[in-house]
Amino acid sequence: MSAIGRSIRRIEDRALLTGNGRFAADLNREHQLHMRVVRSPVAFGRLVEVDASDAADVPGVEAIWTAADIAELPQIDFRMTKITGMEPYRQWCLAKDYVRYVGEPVAVVFANSPYAAEDAAELVFCDIDEVDAHLEATAEPVAFMPETMPGLLTEPAVLHKSCGDLDAAFAEAAEVVELELKVGRHTGVPLETRGALAVHDAATDTVTMYGAAKVPHYNRGAIAAMLGLAIDRVHLSEGHVGGGFGIRGELYPEDVLTCHAARRLGRPVKWIEDRKEHLMAANHSRDQVYRMRAAIAPDGFLLGLDVTFITDQGAYVRTHGATVSDLSAALLPGPYVIPAYRVAGHIRLTNKTPAGTYRAPGRYESTFARERLMDAIAARVGIDRLEVRRRNLIPESRIPFDRGMDTLGTGVVYDSGRYHDLLARLEAHVGWEELAASIAERRAAGEMVGLGLGYFIEKSGLGPEDMVRMRVAPDGGIRIITGAASVGQGIETAMAQICADSLGVDTARIAIVHGQTSLIEKGMGAFASRVTVMTGSAIKIASEALIEAALDIGAKLFQVDRASVAYKAGEVRVASSDRAMSLAQLASAWAEQGGLAAEGTFRSDHMTYPYGIHLAQVRIDPGTCDVLVERYTVAYDIGRVINPMLVEGQIVGAVAQGLGGALYENFEYDEAGQPLATSFADYLMPTALEVPEVFTLVREDAPSPINPLGVKGAGEGGITAVGAAIASAVDDAAGRPGMVTRLPITPDRLHAWLA
Amino acid sequence: MTETRDITLDVNGKRHALSVEPRKNLADALRDDCGLTGTHVGCEHGVCGACTVLVDGRAVRSCLMFAVQAEGTAIETVEGLASEDGELHPLQQAFWDKHGLQCGFCTPGFLMLAVGALRENPEMTDVEIRELVSSNLCRCTGYQNILTAVRAAADVMRAGTNG
Ligand code: FES
Ligand code: FES
Repeated sequence: MSAIGRSIRRIEDRALLTGNGRFAADLNREHQLHMRVVRSPVAFGRLVEVDASDAADVPGVEAIWTAADIAELPQIDFRMTKITGMEPYRQWCLAKDYVRYVGEPVAVVFANSPYAAEDAAELVFCDIDEVDAHLEATAEPVAFMPETMPGLLTEPAVLHKSCGDLDAAFAEAAEVVELELKVGRHTGVPLETRGALAVHDAATDTVTMYGAAKVPHYNRGAIAAMLGLAIDRVHLSEGHVGGGFGIRGELYPEDVLTCHAARRLGRPVKWIEDRKEHLMAANHSRDQVYRMRAAIAPDGFLLGLDVTFITDQGAYVRTHGATVSDLSAALLPGPYVIPAYRVAGHIRLTNKTPAGTYRAPGRYESTFARERLMDAIAARVGIDRLEVRRRNLIPESRIPFDRGMDTLGTGVVYDSGRYHDLLARLEAHVGWEELAASIAERRAAGEMVGLGLGYFIEKSGLGPEDMVRMRVAPDGGIRIITGAASVGQGIETAMAQICADSLGVDTARIAIVHGQTSLIEKGMGAFASRVTVMTGSAIKIASEALIEAALDIGAKLFQVDRASVAYKAGEVRVASSDRAMSLAQLASAWAEQGGLAAEGTFRSDHMTYPYGIHLAQVRIDPGTCDVLVERYTVAYDIGRVINPMLVEGQIVGAVAQGLGGALYENFEYDEAGQPLATSFADYLMPTALEVPEVFTLVREDAPSPINPLGVKGAGEGGITAVGAAIASAVDDAAGRPGMVTRLPITPDRLHAWLA
Repeated sequence: MTETRDITLDVNGKRHALSVEPRKNLADALRDDCGLTGTHVGCEHGVCGACTVLVDGRAVRSCLMFAVQAEGTAIETVEGLASEDGELHPLQQAFWDKHGLQCGFCTPGFLMLAVGALRENPEMTDVEIRELVSSNLCRCTGYQNILTAVRAAADVMRAGTNG
């Protein structure tokens, strides 16, 4: 039986269930120092002086650094962006000249215990000449650092993309629809805060950082460059990771500081962030405003779309550079034809926490914008919300569909898709007619209930390449080393299934080693739903190479020619004979000659595009203006399913996060730029009472033609259209098309709209 | 150095002699002084429940209790759930079977929360289970499989005691 497509239990779970996980905070080294960060208490101001004299007197304090003590460390560089001109906006490890957000690292204290470090940090006094905080990204840009960098404004870049003839589209339009929409500021907020343990080996001048996650190889290179070390003098080692969702891949000031301190202070350095710090210092995300003008044909066909959007990226441009805006701009058109499209994406800075990516970056936001527009067109033309989508979806005959634009350095080409078919399947699956009738009935009886939907396209499998090494031990165990990373998504199990499937062996024999820069020289980590596609394909290729190697060895050992041996289910067998050897036997017999091993590399210049539809059913409580989600369905075509149970788990978890952003989570600031959501009492994440039962319709109708497995990444589509579907359903429940113009839909906002 | 106090904690039936500052919370004492890092700290302000342990059989947020207050009580943590020979507790088994965890950071807290509740009321209804599970946060699973796992474990445990 094929190992692909089966809901097998995860091989990674036992340690996690028994309290034997190894998360960053669980690691300790003899004589370690504890680092505590002193953070700016104000949003914007000239940094005059940092006085650490009282703090230095606290027993147990070993060192205190300010920017002057680490003058040799450069700014933190960008990871992937083609946009130039943003360099001056990069963050220093410790604030220099100015502080630009509450929570910005100003100094660090190293002490013998975390309690002493925290006591001392409270005594560090920051003398700051406060300036008025700039908090509205939609307002005209202001000076970034008025005195030290005069003339540099808080708009690091504006992105432009376009395709088709927009003027012709508007000339031809029967109707023009205009909308302004906003998505609030929220982010991944994994349950484990950030943390690291850096250890220096003086004999070899090598720094190892434990607790790294998501993109260990990239961050290793970046840290080595900042510390002025050769790349092989830095190692990153990933243990268990308490959730990723975008915020982990960042190279934060604290990561660099722990490594630098371990080397300079000659002792291991441990840093564990508290939740308050996390909410004001780890990357925020979303926070975009869209202004759209759409040219419409009489039947509701969208002829042309002109979009300007603004992304509030907070205080500095972090390693992701323009990634969120770039993805928003390129993927906004989604599954629709839209012959003419023009977009300008403004990256603006404010005195808030810097922002980066969060699960489905740029797609959650742009899907909300585009699907709001589809609903608005339906209302304007007077057609059903499903019908307007049917009329605009890209037909199968036009797949592969080249959007004529690029993102992240690769052309946007939808590799496979049966968009109308999936919509029809969802309608059948939920019994759309009866469902709509039952909702109408309840509404007639006075309830505020409604249905809403959002169609989306995701992207996954970003190249350029992934490489894995595979080796069979003499006991038959198969060890695969990959540069991929795990952020808790179950990659060990899924990767083992792919290998087991190709080799025809049991998954229990396979061990996956990931996230260790000392064991493999290359690796892209885990982001953008890339692991299943890229690493999975590399594993399939390596497995096939391993079979070839086994056949070569088998032929030699049996002294027959290559054509008379065949491989099946973990054995090499001589044709029409009972002579056979298992992988284990081949590996031991060949141990002296190098054993049984293979390598596989998968390269891809293009991404692959899964797609799906979210359908929400909500009820508004007219008394409290709470939105109660009664039922939620996600239809999602991911090409090929490796493990249905894990895919469903990803979808359901992502829906819950999406509901958080649609209804509850919001980083509010007061007018002085003080963050108001710095605890879980103010930053409201959904609990089991807010998340409804989520139904999934996972399909494999459009396998990807551009990788050997046919897979597309499944990790993000559960969140992509939540904002869109909930907004549509709330409109419907209120009987007011177009009412919801911003997220989250909090009770006070809804109350004002309903008034 | 700040003043410390000598205390003895009874954790999973084993006695640990510690010397702790009076302000040290129970979560930190379990993790740093007893070496039991299965109890996790997700917020330190009593909301997430990742630090849930049982104190005299009742679920407690160990970040909100001082270690010195726990002297003389019987503390249970996730490390004590599986039997000595490695057989998983029915709740651990159900979380595994039903995919009730992804990153696993919240898991010890949910396990201890549910162990305490099911011991007190083996007949929990689905509504009561949802109510119970809503007292802790999980950012990965969307709770669906946690609810299913607790339900399944409750059924197994009840069958075990009745039959
Ligand atoms: S760490 Fe105790 S409740 Fe969050
Ligand atoms: S499994 Fe990650 S927080 Fe619950």
